[in-house]
Amino acid sequence: MTKALPTHAGDTLARSPDRVVGGRVVADDAPGEVPEAAPAVPLRALDQLWFQVSGTVCNLRCRHCFISCSPENHSFWFMTRAEVAEALRESVELGVKEYYFTGGEPFMNRDMLGILEDTLALGPATVLTNATVLPQRTVDALRELSESSSYTLELRVSIDGVNAEMNDAIRGEGSFQRAVAAVGRLSAAGFLPIITTMRTWDEADTDSILAAFRSLLADVGYDRPRLKILPPLHIGAEADRSRGYDDFERVTHDMMTEYPTELLLCSSARLVTASGVWVCPILLDDPSAKLGDTLGEAVEAPARLHAQACYTCWVNGAICSNVPGFTDHS
Amino acid sequence: MSESAPTYRRVAVFGGIYSNHLALAAAIDDARERRVDALLCLGDLGAFGPNPDKVFPLLREHDVQVVRGNYDDSIARGLDDCQCGYTDPRDNHYARLSYHTPPGGPPRETGGGLPGSLDPPGSGGGGRDVLAFHGSPRQTNEFLWESTTPTHFLDKLATDFGADVLLGTHTGIHWARRWGRPGLERMYVNVGALGRPANDGRTEVWYALLDGSDEDVDVEFVPVSYDHRALAEEMRSEELPEEFVETILTGWWTTCLEILPGKERAAGRF
Repeated sequence: MTKALPTHAGDTLARSPDRVVGGRVVADDAPGEVPEAAPAVPLRALDQLWFQVSGTVCNLRCRHCFISCSPENHSFWFMTRAEVAEALRESVELGVKEYYFTGGEPFMNRDMLGILEDTLALGPATVLTNATVLPQRTVDALRELSESSSYTLELRVSIDGVNAEMNDAIRGEGSFQRAVAAVGRLSAAGFLPIITTMRTWDEADTDSILAAFRSLLADVGYDRPRLKILPPLHIGAEADRSRGYDDFERVTHDMMTEYPTELLLCSSARLVTASGVWVCPILLDDPSAKLGDTLGEAVEAPARLHAQACYTCWVNGAICSNVPGFTDHS
Repeated sequence: MSESAPTYRRVAVFGGIYSNHLALAAAIDDARERRVDALLCLGDLGAFGPNPDKVFPLLREHDVQVVRGNYDDSIARGLDDCQCGYTDPRDNHYARLSYHTPPGGPPRETGGGLPGSLDPPGSGGGGRDVLAFHGSPRQTNEFLWESTTPTHFLDKLATDFGADVLLGTHTGIHWARRWGRPGLERMYVNVGALGRPANDGRTEVWYALLDGSDEDVDVEFVPVSYDHRALAEEMRSEELPEEFVETILTGWWTTCLEILPGKERAAGRF
């Protein structure tokens, strides 16, 4: 007995009209100054290509957002389908393995479904969403996109508490009920969304919190949940909500001795925005983290671990990825 | 590929064995009946199943060439874990049970006297350059799932490592893809695993049979039936987790699910 061998007759990128979604960006266009003394991380391979697809525009005003997204934050504007398509074309030559879409809220970009159609013709796509603007018609469209591609479409849904009181204190009133309902719709559509939550509790409570999450999600029909806990990043709105970084929380050259740099997202990823290419999604507010105007420029430039948020990645590894970075001991 | 690489017409390629000596013996018999020129194993010899050291005599007796897997690498170098990179506490719990008995004790496998260096061999399949590895040619513990591995990514690997046909395992689920154009056709084959079923509700395990001609290489995935109930009993007698036994008896994965992409996870039961 044999299993049929599928033949891919060449992956072609769907052409898209040059339809402008939004206006112009306000962000600094030129790469900023990077402290020379900061440890450098070379790009070993461009495995992950991230898109700031809705800029810093979000329907929510989360109190822990490390880039302070909100309806009024237009520092970075929406990317058009054509802009994303151009980066996708470049990504083929570079051998990119995974595509991630973040914001802001990606589904506020009215081209998002078309962007995913283009992407899923090439490779796997992950969308980081607050799931508060995912009506049934959007979920149905996502299911169609997923079923028509051989690549996986992952939905990462942010929920920051196991009840409305806990979540809405961070993400805003009503956001808990809407997000949980959307998880139910996604689950019914065959998705296994990755529920992402920032750790705002004592670590000793983690087991009970995870158990409460499983119970909550089972109640909306999601009975084999994938859960991802993120550490807080003490920048942006989160610096006001909890604290900023302490002076010692900084990556030094000594700390990089024998450190497996492949654990860091910046060793294998870049972030494309409507106004240039940044080193990673976390340092979007930092002009010195801009590595170039084009992807070609940005893959030539090493990352610099100059920001204190880099300390969080040094401790925890590639927290932005669906799965952690792997150390290769061999 | 190096000029000294051997050339074969028909090769049986086994994925992770995970101590399943009964499936390995059945697969070797099946491959011999199909008159293969060579037997190749892409690593991960121990863990999961019972009595890991029963695998090595079979490999030696039948001259199976072995590529080092991440598990074998951990054993050989005395590392603390299998290098699968789990973060989920439940997955880590079962990964530790798979690697150590008792938890915190020495690794369950001894290495069986195999040579310390198990470098990936190149093997010519007819007239094509074939590169065999465990996870990926660039990283032993890299997962190449069908739903998360773009064709252009595979093409870059093939170019970077100078091969037309790429053979890997590590994920435990078999799949293959062809791409390219006339004159530059390429193929990736994930040969699956002999150690546990393919998370498809079937108790058979799988290997890949490669047939090379002067022009091309064909692949056939071969299901292997073996006495899985006897393996389950052996696992129970060794007091291995019942979750592992359940996988052998049902064909569904029950542990270490964190690293599965959505599509592959949704196709399973858990």
